[in-house]
Amino acid sequence: MTLLRIENLSVHFKNHHQPTMEAVKDVSFQLDQGETLALVGESGSGKSVTALSILGLLPYPMAFHPTGSVLFHGQELLNASESSLRAVRGHDIGMIFQEPMTALNPLHTIEQQIAEPLLIHKNMTKSQAKERVIDLLHLVGFPDGVNRLQAYPHQLSGGQRQRVMIAMALACEPQLLIADEPTTALDVTIQASIIELISSLQKQFKMALLLISHDLGMVRKMAQKIVVLQEGKIVEKGLTQKVLSQPRHPYTKHLIASEPSGHPSPPVSPRATLLETKDLNVTFKGQKKSWVSRGSLDVHAVDGISFSLAAGETLGIVGESGSGKSTLAYAILKLVESKGYIQFCCNNLQELSRSTLRILRPQMQIIFQDPFSSLNPRLSINQIIAEGLEIHQKHLDAKTRDHMVQTILKEVGLPTAARHRYPHEFSGGQRQRIAIARALILKPKLLILDEPTSALDRSIQAEVITLLRDLQARYHLAYIFISHDLKVVRAMSHRIMVMKEGHIIEEGLTEKIFTKPKNEYTKSLIRASFDNLPSTPKRKK
Amino acid sequence: MKFSPLTQRRIAQFKANRRGYWSLRIFGILFFIILFAEFIANDKPLLVSFEGKWYTPIFRNYPETHWGGKFQTVTNYRDTYVKNLIEKKGWMIFPPIPYSINTVNFNLNVPAPSPPSSDNWLGTDDQGRDVLARLIYGFRISIFFGLILTFFSSIIGVLAGAIQGYFGGRIDLIFQRIIEIWSGLPILYLLIILSSIIEPSFWLLLGIMLLFSWMMLVAVVRAEFFRTRSLDYIRAAEALGVPTWRIMLRHMLPNAMVATITYLPFILNGSITTLTTLDFLGFGLPPGSASLGELLTQGKNHVQSPWLGLTGFFSLAFLLSLLIFIGEAIRDAFDPRKVTFR
Repeated sequence: MTLLRIENLSVHFKNHHQPTMEAVKDVSFQLDQGETLALVGESGSGKSVTALSILGLLPYPMAFHPTGSVLFHGQELLNASESSLRAVRGHDIGMIFQEPMTALNPLHTIEQQIAEPLLIHKNMTKSQAKERVIDLLHLVGFPDGVNRLQAYPHQLSGGQRQRVMIAMALACEPQLLIADEPTTALDVTIQASIIELISSLQKQFKMALLLISHDLGMVRKMAQKIVVLQEGKIVEKGLTQKVLSQPRHPYTKHLIASEPSGHPSPPVSPRATLLETKDLNVTFKGQKKSWVSRGSLDVHAVDGISFSLAAGETLGIVGESGSGKSTLAYAILKLVESKGYIQFCCNNLQELSRSTLRILRPQMQIIFQDPFSSLNPRLSINQIIAEGLEIHQKHLDAKTRDHMVQTILKEVGLPTAARHRYPHEFSGGQRQRIAIARALILKPKLLILDEPTSALDRSIQAEVITLLRDLQARYHLAYIFISHDLKVVRAMSHRIMVMKEGHIIEEGLTEKIFTKPKNEYTKSLIRASFDNLPSTPKRKK
Repeated sequence: MKFSPLTQRRIAQFKANRRGYWSLRIFGILFFIILFAEFIANDKPLLVSFEGKWYTPIFRNYPETHWGGKFQTVTNYRDTYVKNLIEKKGWMIFPPIPYSINTVNFNLNVPAPSPPSSDNWLGTDDQGRDVLARLIYGFRISIFFGLILTFFSSIIGVLAGAIQGYFGGRIDLIFQRIIEIWSGLPILYLLIILSSIIEPSFWLLLGIMLLFSWMMLVAVVRAEFFRTRSLDYIRAAEALGVPTWRIMLRHMLPNAMVATITYLPFILNGSITTLTTLDFLGFGLPPGSASLGELLTQGKNHVQSPWLGLTGFFSLAFLLSLLIFIGEAIRDAFDPRKVTFR
């Protein structure tokens, strides 16, 4: 029986003084009871906009629908009145958002948040609602939550928050659940259990699931039907197995082919040590325990880390969020205060004065995760890239500088005309290339890559990885590659270091770690990322 | 001049607020006109033709004897005797309003303050001086006072906020406490006490006001610097070895400027109101100088002459409204989430 039928849906955005943006063009698909349909595509392909228009959650009247209809049980939802939509939202259709950090209200306790749809749609009393909340918390696999009903979102971990969100979405036992990238913001080990939870709940309640994802591994295991979107248009749809095994459209092929693969080129010998740390510690001052006591709850973000890195080598640092990877990177670059020994190019960085350190800075550079916040939006690309030259190579005249900027732009695969434009005119992948150009123009020996591909789509990820590998081979760069994505780390690194809670728990050559991990935690990480789905009961035995 | 797309969008957004755009135009025209107040309201003629030669008494003083009179003093061109002397051998053109700030109209038929007439368009005040002329000069001094005060207090405020926001920690803590104490001082009483000791001049008044008005922007700029401080591009600049002052100036200040520019019209408004208040209470500009506040005082003292109070009220309300409307349009222009429709 058809539960949801979307026909010729178009979504346009109109802003004053700007041309109308066509986000979704003529999209049609249908979803039956108990079925899972995956909307797949890269960022900007209109997946989320399609999902949001089902519940009328777009910023109207800036967004509008020139054509289309959304029939839910035969009832038209598109352009329906706010009051009739409100009866459907949260009651018949539940929604899980990507970012559990921002999707929960920080001022409400988890009991209040989960009970809210119950009080609105089911007319329950407070005590009835509380009972139901406790049931739901058991259901979503968060039984500890029962003792923490008065906890606020910031007191929960990312995975726990996502479970609370699922409990909210399920509170009224909806017939359709929309999950917008439900696991993207979570660590790999937690991802697996959330996927498992969603699919078991789906079976239990015979819900239809509209899954939005860019992760084909997850889609393959969860969805029966798949719809591939490119620039707001459906390029391919059908049964998941069929589409993924025999893709017809080039875009689908491209998506499937862009899983990270390959290996770094072997490092050149002889291998001189470039960077060495001994017993490096970073401590963040915490809250005072109490008014009177002297001690405070300090956080040891990086705790006694020692490692060395040779020129031309890539060291992959792997770990979940909060494991101290980024803090370690900042400590090496002396961007945060640290204790311990850091030697770079035969200099003890801890003893250098600020001005001496500034002279060394061009040798070690960093690329950040978020290409949107790592470029100053008010400077042109030329100004951004040339800034390092203006400071460290003052003797250059404007013409030479411009020439060098053009050369480096070509090197990272951008047109030289790009230098007169501003960051907002570029896509995420292009911005990351600009950030790489900014770092490389100073001819560094060490480049720290702090999750350089996490914010990018898979296919662009692959391009950036290829670029980084090429640059390493050409300039004999040493990389410290930080990531939570083991597939990417495997494709990039010679050696790997696994971090947890500020400690190194395992270290060794890449292939050795992947084939014969010793530590339990490393094993669970590898299992979670290479076998996206729920370790099925069979495998556990 | 080519603007960046962001600036273009902001200009478009500003123009989309029609009320603000028109306010800016009207304010611009008024400001331009009052810059030349001496040519509009003056008791000296713009041009004199005398015995075949041309004179411009606005720029140079001529003794009465020059025109064939008896006194060696500066000519009073409004005197009928002098008028007759000149017009016998030539002619002269007066500005549209033939009165200056302190020109007393001695030809009134009724006791001062006299009601509006064809001679004095807005009437005269209690000393027989033309209200329109005084209004124009008062308007000018108010706007200039406001602009200069806003300019300097923004510079100091942005600087203080930037330092606190960038360095944070102890510097921020100490500065904040100092500001809290400093802002607790009662400015009005301080000014009243000071003006009873020394006679306040334009610049002295400005200096005293400046001591207290710079604090308005500190909070905004400080918050903006705090926010920008943690962005990746600041970290990237640090990793590049960019010196601190350059990071503050090039990477952080432009962000803070958005908030600052949004606040400026409101600070300007505040400055003008403060000057008017002081003048109204009699602790402002030296006696005899034209000002909106002084006009309001006269209105209060002569309730039976409503043209005084009404003129003061309407001109002040008009000026402040214009500035608020411009401020609103600027706020719209810098609001990234603003969606406008036609």
